[in-house]
Amino acid sequence: MSERVAVRKTYKLFVGGKFPRSESGRSYLVQDSNVSLASRKDARDAVLAARAAVKGWAGATAYNRGQILYRVAEMLEGRREQFVALGVPADEVDAATDRWVWYAGWSDKLPQVYGGSNPVAGPYFNLSAPEPTGVVAVVAPETPALLGLVSVIAPAIVTGNTVVVAASPTAPLAAVTLAEVLATSDVPGGVVNILTGRLSETVPTLAAHMDVNAIDLTGVTDPELAADLEVRAAENLKRVLRPVPVDHDWLADPGLGRMTALLETKTVWHPKGV
Amino acid sequence: MFEYAPAPESRSVVDLKSSYGLFIDGKFVDPADGGSFKSINPASEEVLAEIAEGGAQDVDRAVRAAREAYEKVWGPMPGRDRAKYLFRIARIIQERSRELAVLESLDNGKPIKESRDVDLPLVAAHFFYYAGWADKLEHAGFSRRPTSQHSGPNPQPLGVAAQVIPWNFPLLMLSWKIAPALAAGNTVVLKPAETTPLTALLFAEICQQADLPPGVVNIVTGAGETGRALVEHDGVDKVAFTGSTDVGRAIARAVAGSRKKLTLELGGKAANIVFDDAPVDQAVEGIVNGIFFNQGHVCCAGSRLLIQESVADRVLESLKRRMAQLRIGDPLDKNTDIGAINSAAQLARIKELSDAGSAEGAERWSPPCELPERGFWFAPTIFTGVTQAHRIAREEIFGPVLSVLTFRTPAEAVEKANNTPYGLSAGIWTEKGSRILWMADRLRAGVVWANTFNKFDPTSPFGGYKESGYGREGGRHGLEAYLNV
Repeated sequence: MSERVAVRKTYKLFVGGKFPRSESGRSYLVQDSNVSLASRKDARDAVLAARAAVKGWAGATAYNRGQILYRVAEMLEGRREQFVALGVPADEVDAATDRWVWYAGWSDKLPQVYGGSNPVAGPYFNLSAPEPTGVVAVVAPETPALLGLVSVIAPAIVTGNTVVVAASPTAPLAAVTLAEVLATSDVPGGVVNILTGRLSETVPTLAAHMDVNAIDLTGVTDPELAADLEVRAAENLKRVLRPVPVDHDWLADPGLGRMTALLETKTVWHPKGV
Repeated sequence: MFEYAPAPESRSVVDLKSSYGLFIDGKFVDPADGGSFKSINPASEEVLAEIAEGGAQDVDRAVRAAREAYEKVWGPMPGRDRAKYLFRIARIIQERSRELAVLESLDNGKPIKESRDVDLPLVAAHFFYYAGWADKLEHAGFSRRPTSQHSGPNPQPLGVAAQVIPWNFPLLMLSWKIAPALAAGNTVVLKPAETTPLTALLFAEICQQADLPPGVVNIVTGAGETGRALVEHDGVDKVAFTGSTDVGRAIARAVAGSRKKLTLELGGKAANIVFDDAPVDQAVEGIVNGIFFNQGHVCCAGSRLLIQESVADRVLESLKRRMAQLRIGDPLDKNTDIGAINSAAQLARIKELSDAGSAEGAERWSPPCELPERGFWFAPTIFTGVTQAHRIAREEIFGPVLSVLTFRTPAEAVEKANNTPYGLSAGIWTEKGSRILWMADRLRAGVVWANTFNKFDPTSPFGGYKESGYGREGGRHGLEAYLNV
């Protein structure tokens, strides 16, 4: 009997809940696979998909978003060996799964921790509550391929933002595989969009895009590129998360900063009286 | 309108010097290149004082003084002691409030009843509020961000803060900037607006009177170039700016790629939304307060009035009747409702945009009123028949000019209200509670006033969505801008 011929996987983009190829028809060879090489047009399409998903995702109950993020952890746990086969260390997969669980629990707690009533000096009801800023462009860290990616996506979406992620150009397979996890976890289409390819091609478009509300430059290692992207982001005053050092400890307690940096605080006043 | 006898507040409480230097390292000093400019009373065009113009060398000197004070005195000082200095400052402001209020009205043109009853009480309250935080920062709810470049106990101050403030609420904006910065343990270099530097310089005297250690607060007066030198200085760790969106954008570009933490409080074009069930008289008071408070020189002014179509005629009729009662004139007169426009340049901008409103086909109306001959004045004005495409519905006028639009359904009101790159504030007038909450959820604005407008409090976070800037001032949230979190 001859040996079975394996069925190989086509690694594609993840936009609007679907897996399209790059509209440019291009791919690049990385990790022994042909991976879609996203174009500027793909970046713009991804922003459209992310914007379309904002209303439903931001409007979902915190309980619902928490359940969905927990569902992502469940799906990731089940596909542990698949990531290991891609070269992701098993303990990194476990840490990434645990990170989804950690952030899942924040969905209905952060508004209490980060908002609340304000004791104004007058007869007014006054309440501050966080709200998602909207569409967030994210440059995922080069490594660790899975834990780094999860550590930038989860805090952005748990509060109701939607994201367009530029995946690690050198280790994109974990990102595309994570997209398959997301696609089977009840995450609505468009909440997470993942672009593979060159950062220099997609990220400047995202940084300059007038319908993107914030940009997370975590994975940008070139200081000049980071400064250039920040300048582009100033055009519509995007909220900017600056790059982190390459030796950043992704296993450490992340704190609240990645969530709160992508939130707006809304304060509502109303008179009290009879 | 009733004729009132003049009731001017006395100027004698203010002891103006003929010229003022820069306040650096606890002392008033001359600028390195000796430049100066004049600050005038916009209600009379009278020169009030000659003000030193800080250049790059002066900014450098101020930043160094602030650094030294941060490293040697203010940074290491226990929070409870920092608190006591801030409480002292709050008390001195209360004690000298009339003097400060009169000076603010002289330099800015705002009515004395506003500087006396709104600005000054809020200034003192702001220092009082943040004073109490200085020794409680570890309870402010901020956890360590692992990417922080700082080490040591958490949370930590940033260092030297560069702060640039506008002319519409000169001393109030100073308090919004300096109080949280100092409470968190930073030192500051503040640049007041070039048309309204005087209360900041009196504040410098108050710092001396409070025995605040030299270098903790530095005031460098000047115009745009002075501000640019300050925010671009390598020695600052934090930039805080309140002003126009265009300048905010330029500052965001200037700090790109640096370590400087940035917060921006920029322009607005707030919708004030009146539903058909709103009590008309209350709503009209809110509309008037929303757009004519401080001559409309308010970033969160309710400058777009959205009235539900079925009650538009009734609301407008009542609004016009109320506007005819507004008293325009001498800012120091206690009966004055609307004072002077802050500068000739601002008056020109208001006129330009208002003329564009007429040219684009909107209908202009102002009550009959006599404007003083000298000084900068603009009658309260409303435009009806405004569409969303008109410049007066899109651009911030920053003057007593209201654009009126109508809507039919709550969904349309939300759509129109959010149809702007700004997102600072919004107003809702309705008797229906569930509608207020439904609207408040959907309005993309940092402050939503329901059945009230233009209310401020040191405990209440203030700041914008979208191109109205980022970061919050006031409340626990306001500390975040000055801590390594």
